[in-house]
Amino acid sequence: MTPAANLPEEVEHGLARYRTMLTIRYFEETVCAAAVAGRIRGPVHPYIGEEAIATGVCAALRRDDYVASTHRGHGHAIGKGADPAAMMLELYGRVGGLCGGKGGSMHVADFSIGMLGANGVIGDGVTMSLGAIQGSRLLGRDVVAAAFIGDGGMNRGPVLEALNWAKTFRLPVLFVCEDNRYSASTHSRSVTAGPGFTARAAGFGLPAEMVDGNDVIEVERAARTMVEQLRAGAGPMFLHALTYRIGGHLAQDAAPYRPKEELARRSPLDPLTRIETWLAHHGIETHTLEAERAAVRESIATAERAAQAADFPPAASVFADIQDIGAPQWGA
Amino acid sequence: MGRMTYAEASILALREEMRRDPRVWALGEDIGRGGIGGQYKGLQDEFGAQRICDTPISESTIMGVGVGAALAGTRPVIELRITDFALCSTDEIVNQAAKVRYMLGGQARAPLVVRQPNGMCAGFAAQHSQSTEAWWIHTPGLVVVAPSTPRDNRALLKAAIRSDDPVIYLEHKEMWGVDGEVPDAEETIELGKARVAREGRDLTIVTWSKTASFAEEAARTLAGEGIEAEVVDLRTLYPWDRDCVIASVERTGRLLVAQESVEIGGFGAEIVADVTQHAFGALKAPPARIGAPRTPVPYSQPLEEIVRVDAPKIAAAARRVAAARRG
Repeated sequence: MTPAANLPEEVEHGLARYRTMLTIRYFEETVCAAAVAGRIRGPVHPYIGEEAIATGVCAALRRDDYVASTHRGHGHAIGKGADPAAMMLELYGRVGGLCGGKGGSMHVADFSIGMLGANGVIGDGVTMSLGAIQGSRLLGRDVVAAAFIGDGGMNRGPVLEALNWAKTFRLPVLFVCEDNRYSASTHSRSVTAGPGFTARAAGFGLPAEMVDGNDVIEVERAARTMVEQLRAGAGPMFLHALTYRIGGHLAQDAAPYRPKEELARRSPLDPLTRIETWLAHHGIETHTLEAERAAVRESIATAERAAQAADFPPAASVFADIQDIGAPQWGA
Repeated sequence: MGRMTYAEASILALREEMRRDPRVWALGEDIGRGGIGGQYKGLQDEFGAQRICDTPISESTIMGVGVGAALAGTRPVIELRITDFALCSTDEIVNQAAKVRYMLGGQARAPLVVRQPNGMCAGFAAQHSQSTEAWWIHTPGLVVVAPSTPRDNRALLKAAIRSDDPVIYLEHKEMWGVDGEVPDAEETIELGKARVAREGRDLTIVTWSKTASFAEEAARTLAGEGIEAEVVDLRTLYPWDRDCVIASVERTGRLLVAQESVEIGGFGAEIVADVTQHAFGALKAPPARIGAPRTPVPYSQPLEEIVRVDAPKIAAAARRVAAARRG
């Protein structure tokens, strides 16, 4: 592996982003395989193909800034700095999981790093992120938030309410629309009116920019510029990141509704291929990339083995953390 | 002791709590101008527009913002205008506020109060007259409170704001102007504790919110007929004060639950079932419920009166319970 000390800062950053994206990719591939095999229960929404967005946006945030995620939330958690091993434990429903095994894939959260959680309801993370910022403002904290939402979620009422609200109260929130082209199994273009999401955001007065969401360098550049402006008090902004959902809506979804040629056309645009090309162009040799891949792959495999070996939560945890008063059941 | 209205008592409570704790703030429609029942009057002058925050008519986001602000360490009082409009933010209440602590494994809590005035309001018709308490009581994670007097509104609102659990706070739409004695000294009431509004030996009437005053009126009528009814005002609906209710039924041997809300599938059924299950031996007669028929609330006054559970209807039901025998 090339010693980091000899690399220009830009390339060092590129390599760090590559590692984050690899972590997301291998985490997703691993948990999808586990979901298909039945080792992980319930819905798992893979982020494969969209890694550059979470990675680039989160790189522009501070540790104490907030991230509000979606149902497709593993990438945002890893991007913000959550421990993949604790996430793996969570998805396996084991002790030591981020949420003690009580949340699973759709609720991975880590409040110690401002990760407010994946969310089982489309759009709810967006409105909650506004509250986290409004509350923080009241407490005198100068944090910002990135609120992730999909192209499908852009058609939910609360998201439109939130655009109006954020502008009204000039909240430092970066709306990040991850446009992976699909609303579950429906092509979003077939159910979305108007000239596009940047125009929609601009209609609420938010400065809006479109970016190639498969290019992590570009995503980070755009996000950094916007986050800087948020911190300077410019009010909310909107980043429309174009990407493509390489996998299905769920791990088990082979996406038969998708035209074959569409996937073939998209494959060369894979964000991992893009950053590998960029790194190669900046002098990183093939064997270095291979070593990076092997190291990340091994760490995820280790996390999975550890999760499979871990204990299930104690039965008593069913009744923990519901509410302070009021027993969940009364004796016969 | 001074006299003040139900609305004024809640202003006093919020003012006291906002002075006491800078993390407490309120958000909702029209509250800067005092709110729909005057229950925020004057507060924006003292605390400013950031802490008494006027919002757009965006119930989903009002509630979502409240949850997010609670997660960030503040203690928001979320005003939803009337319970019928709270239905627009049911998702954020049920899917987020109620269970965020649980599903995130206890790493975060949502200490918030959701004020959503409940019940009828003399001619407000089907979309502005509902009683929704049973829906919230059914949802794990929520505390549900329904104050029936100005004194309780002051003391319970303070307790709700100090609670670390999310609290659904159901003031009654027709009670804003009702006045009563409120102590000068600061006072809170422990959540989950009922109030014996009137003592009696012949039957127990369990009730809450505005219906408590109808139950007391019915009890006065019944006293003239030689029937002494004990009136238990639950104050907190979840968790409800089962010990108080069962102790009362063990004294009287008879139970009637009186509620304004729809009787079928209602909260009264839960109380009757629980008492039957756990204090069956104490019952001298079959327990009974009185609530609204399962109709939308009609507009026209005589029609509205048909579905309203008032004092004469409660008295009639109580007479039947008092006269009934087991088996």
